[in-house]
This record gives sequence, C-alpha cells and structure tokens, in this order.
Amino acid sequence: MKNSSLEASQKRMTILTYVVLIAAALLMVFPFIWMILTSFKTVAESNATPPVIFPSAFRWENFRDAVTSLPFIKLYINTALMIFFRVICAVAFSSMAGYAFAMLEFRGKKLLFGIVLMQMSLPSQIFIIPQYQMVAHMGLANTIFALVFPGIVSAFGVFFLRQTYMGIPKEIGEAAYLDGCTQWQTFYKVMFPLTGTSVAALTIFTAVFAYSDLMWPLVVNSDLNMMTLSSGLATLRGQFSTNFPVLMAGSLLAMLPMVVLYLIFQKQFIEGIASTGGK
Amino acid sequence: MAALNLKGITKIYPHSGDQKKAKKKKGEPEKKTNLQVTDQGVVAVQSFNLDIADKEFIVLVGPSGCGKSTTLRMVAGLEEISGGELYIDGKLVNDVEPKNRNIAMVFQSYALYPHMTVYENMAFPLKLRKTPKEEIDRRVKEAAAILDITQYLDRKPKALSGGQRQRVAIGRAIVREPKVLLMDEPLSNLDAKLRNQMRAEIIKLRQKINTTFIYVTHDQTEAMTLGDRIVIMKDGFIQQIGTPQEVFDHPANLFVSGFIGMPQMNYFNAKLVNEGGKYAVSVENCKVVLSEEKQKNLAAHNAAPQDITLGVRPSHMVLARQPGNTLSATIDVSELMGSEVHFHANANGKDVVVIVPTMNADGERIDSFHAGDKLNLTFSGNVCHIFGKDGRNLEF
Repeated sequence: MKNSSLEASQKRMTILTYVVLIAAALLMVFPFIWMILTSFKTVAESNATPPVIFPSAFRWENFRDAVTSLPFIKLYINTALMIFFRVICAVAFSSMAGYAFAMLEFRGKKLLFGIVLMQMSLPSQIFIIPQYQMVAHMGLANTIFALVFPGIVSAFGVFFLRQTYMGIPKEIGEAAYLDGCTQWQTFYKVMFPLTGTSVAALTIFTAVFAYSDLMWPLVVNSDLNMMTLSSGLATLRGQFSTNFPVLMAGSLLAMLPMVVLYLIFQKQFIEGIASTGGK
Repeated sequence: MAALNLKGITKIYPHSGDQKKAKKKKGEPEKKTNLQVTDQGVVAVQSFNLDIADKEFIVLVGPSGCGKSTTLRMVAGLEEISGGELYIDGKLVNDVEPKNRNIAMVFQSYALYPHMTVYENMAFPLKLRKTPKEEIDRRVKEAAAILDITQYLDRKPKALSGGQRQRVAIGRAIVREPKVLLMDEPLSNLDAKLRNQMRAEIIKLRQKINTTFIYVTHDQTEAMTLGDRIVIMKDGFIQQIGTPQEVFDHPANLFVSGFIGMPQMNYFNAKLVNEGGKYAVSVENCKVVLSEEKQKNLAAHNAAPQDITLGVRPSHMVLARQPGNTLSATIDVSELMGSEVHFHANANGKDVVVIVPTMNADGERIDSFHAGDKLNLTFSGNVCHIFGKDGRNLEF
C-alpha cells in the first residue's frame, strides 16, 4: 500500500518535472522559431496585428536581399578574425598573468590582483569611451585591431586561470624547477598543459562573448566593410521602419556558423560553460 | 655521490604584513607553535649543524612543524637559507640554483607531470639537459628496470596505483644520477601494507645506486629501518644525531626517548641515589642498582643524587614472580599480539605499558593475565634511562 502511493507520488513528480522542462524549452526556442518563420514572411505579414504566425509562402528572396544589402563574406571574416585574436590574446595573457598571480611571489601582487578584481566587478560599458579614445588616438579605428582591442586582456580570464593554477599542487612546479626548468619552461612545458580544460572553457567563453558583442564593434568601426556580423545586422534597422523579414534572414545567416560550431563541439561547449559557472 | 656539510643553517620566515599589523596591535604575535619568534620572523630551523658522509643515508625525523622538511627544502634550493652555510662536496652552494646543485627530490605527493607518460616523466630532466636521445632511452629503461616499472612506461600517471606512482617519482629522480637524493615523506600517502613494501624497496634501491640520501619522515619505523644515522628534530632544533641503535639505547633527552620507540617509553617519578659510591634508582619500593656503564657515565658527569624522571621501555619491563623489590601495577587492558602481550597497567596512578612474550623461557604461557590482575614489575640496571629536571639524560 505504502509502496504504491510512493510510486504514484514519484510518477506525479516526474510528470511535473517534464511539464516544467518542456515549457521552459518552448520558451527558450520560441524566439528562434519566430525568427525562422519571420525570415520567410512579407513585410506586411511581419507587422500585422494580430500577429501572423506562419508565412503565406516561403519567400527565399528575403535571404537574397539580406546577402545583397550587406557584405556578408566580409562580416564573416571580420567576426572570425576578431574572435580568433580575442581568444588568442585572452588565453595567452590570462594564462601568463594567472600563473604569475597563483605561483609567483612579487611586490605589489595583492594590489595588482585587487585591480584585476575591481575591473571584473565594473560594467564593461563604462570603459567604452576611454577605449574608443585610445583607439582613435592611435588612428586605428575601423580596423580589425580596433575590434580586438578591448579583448586583448580579460580580467575574468586572469581570475579564472589564476584559480585553476592555484588548484595545481605547488610541488609539480617545484619538481620542474629541480628537474632543471627555468620559470618560463616551468610555465609552458609543465603548468600550462595542465590547464587544458580551463583554457578550452575560456576559449569558448571568450568566443561566445566576442561573437555576441554588439556595442563595441558598433562604436569603433563605422565602415560597413570593417563591421562584425552583429554590428552589420544592426545597420539593417531603419530609423522609421525596419524590414524585419530581411533582418531575420540576415540574423539566421549570421547564426549559422555558431550553430554548426556548437553542434560539432557540443560536449566541450557545455563543459566549458559549466566550468566557468557562466550560466 | 657527495658529502654535505650543513653549518649553522638557519631558516627565518619573515613576518607577513598581516602578522606585523597584528603584532603592532597586540604587542605579541599569536603563537601557534613552539617555534621561536624574533623581530625578523618565525625561526623554523635553528643552527642546524650536520656533516653527511658520501653515500650516507640520513633520516630527518620529528613531529609536524619541527623544521625537517624546511631543512630538506633548503638543501634542495627551494627555500632560501637565512643563515649558515651549505656545502656540497666542499663547494658553498647557498646561492647556487637548484638545477646546478645536481640534486633530485622525491615529493610526498609524487609531483608527477600528469600530461606526460611515465617514460616522458622520467626522460624530462634529461631532455632539459639536452642529453642525447639514445642515452635518455638507456637511462630511463635502466631506472625502470631497477624499479620494476618497465611495463608501465607508456601509461599516464593517472593510470597507476599510488605505489607505482611513487616508483615513477623515484625513477625520475634517479635517472639524473644525482649527487644527493632528497626524499620528503615519500611513503606517507601509501597505505600501511604498501608502505612496508616500499620501505624494503628503498633499502634495495640504496644498494643499487651510489648516492647520498636525505630522507624526511615523521614515522619512526622508517627512520629506524632506513637510516645510517637519524637526526631527531623538534621546534627547529636538532635534539640528537646518532645511529638508530644509539638513539634507541641512549636517548639524549625526554623528547627523543618518547619519540623513538613504539609503544612509548614508560616514565616514573624516581630518585637517583648514591650509596657507597654506587648509583641506584629508587621508585616506590623498588630500588635498582645501575649497570657499570651507567655508573661510569654518571660519575663522569658528577651526577648528584636528585629527583629524576626514570624511563624504561615497555619491552624492558620484566614480570617478577614474587612481590618484593618490585613495582606493583594493575592491568587495565591486555592486548594479545600473537607472539607477545601488551599490558596497559596502572602503577600507582601512572599509566605503564609492559610488553612480554606470550611464552617465557620455561615454556610457561603468560597470556592468561586479564584486566584487574596484579602485576609485579621490575627492570634491570642497564636498560633504564635517567633524565634530570630539565629533561636531559644525565649520562650525556
């Protein structure tokens, strides 16, 4: 009697869990489905009240219009280069700084690390104006360097990799030192290879952040040929009216490489986000 | 192979900023150990003097925080030497980089490189020295054969057991053919059975490789079985240096007597008396005349009759057949260990441990004693230890 009531309550709990999860999944996936449906609609259908859910026909010309109104290949290349250099810089500098903060003793270490933590706790938007002024004074606006600039050093990356290095037993570094390694050899031959999972996580985190970064690329590069996908798409928004079907078609095209990458690296992606505690 | 001379080696850890602030506030820093605290900082090792002969096996032993690992790390070059001089083969090496001291170290936590195979781990120090590939291969395989890990050369450390990992760590140390091999509690992470096995392996290893060993442990069994000489440390000071038998038979002070020997030595409040030029010790009703050797030693130091702490090891306590010139005790707990029985008894308020064989020379079984039974205990004059009020052995 007791067993059957326990089974029934467990069953109810399982059903409830599924209902909540399915509802949450639908809520998450709805904007994507709406984007796909809108990308095939006419302008009238996209602006209709009450909203029209399904397009009357699949209008592929929206995709043609998106591709012709934006230099998509250039946007792809710019975005890829920005992500590539931001990842390289974040991994290289965060690894070195993280190692130094975790393993080395030097004057001012606490103060410097305090500055890193402080930078992490401030919203990145407040740095946009000084950063723009720096890039502009260097005469490097409208360049790939300008896109990479705020991501050269990542305070989060420094903190994250410092924590990783602190988790590695000190004896491993000491053993390498006794084996004949210099400080640099200890770092790149022994310690850095041990941070593989964290570096992968930082890579994914940096790449996702760079890909979705809109404000900085929009501010620093006004030349359409030097824009990223996100900032390029933003130019499709008009001041008085917006062609939503073309905008959605463009967004869909911009999303594709990331979706493909996600499908290939799904496992690492989830592990990476989980280990950064990002979401 | 190398001789080492440690002359007045001292290690002072400077006060950290927080400690300084605390000192300013309270006047005195909070004391967590018995280490001496000076204005410069906490003195972890003080005036450590030791000459280590070529190929000697020295064991540094002592409780946690006594400075044994710090001393080892100073020899390795991982800690700066605050004072004193360290010579390896007559060359002052205080300021020599660890890699140029030609020493190798085995850590308690193995400290293997997890991303490298066993072979790569062992080859790593040789690669750094740009040793030719054939030579590296020969030396790694030779060391692997000595340590019986040849079959694991392609494995990563995570695929090995604790004992195998420690062998690899030893292998990585010996491929370099170092002048001095340092071992920092290498067996502490192993279970009891494996520890015994590895202890024997280290004794065998020592016979196979010609090098000087400095071994740190808090385990007195390891110290007694491995060392040519033992250095017993406490609170940063050397308490005694000697062969295992010397420190067991002639402990320099109460600390050494209690630290070496398992179960611990029994202590009694007693009197040292001198009757007719003969020294004797008197505990309650029991008076024992000391052996000739002890008579000489005490006389040489002009030991005056006084109150003493008398120490007798559990295995040196003897069961007397009849009460008389004996100590009487009541058994609290009796532990049958197979060939011997450990009696935990109460002798006039003092806890006493007595180890007796289960069968005496006459073939009489002694395991019939139980809790509450009375024992008559005695000891001979050549196995007792006489400590003065300051804890020093009066024979020294």
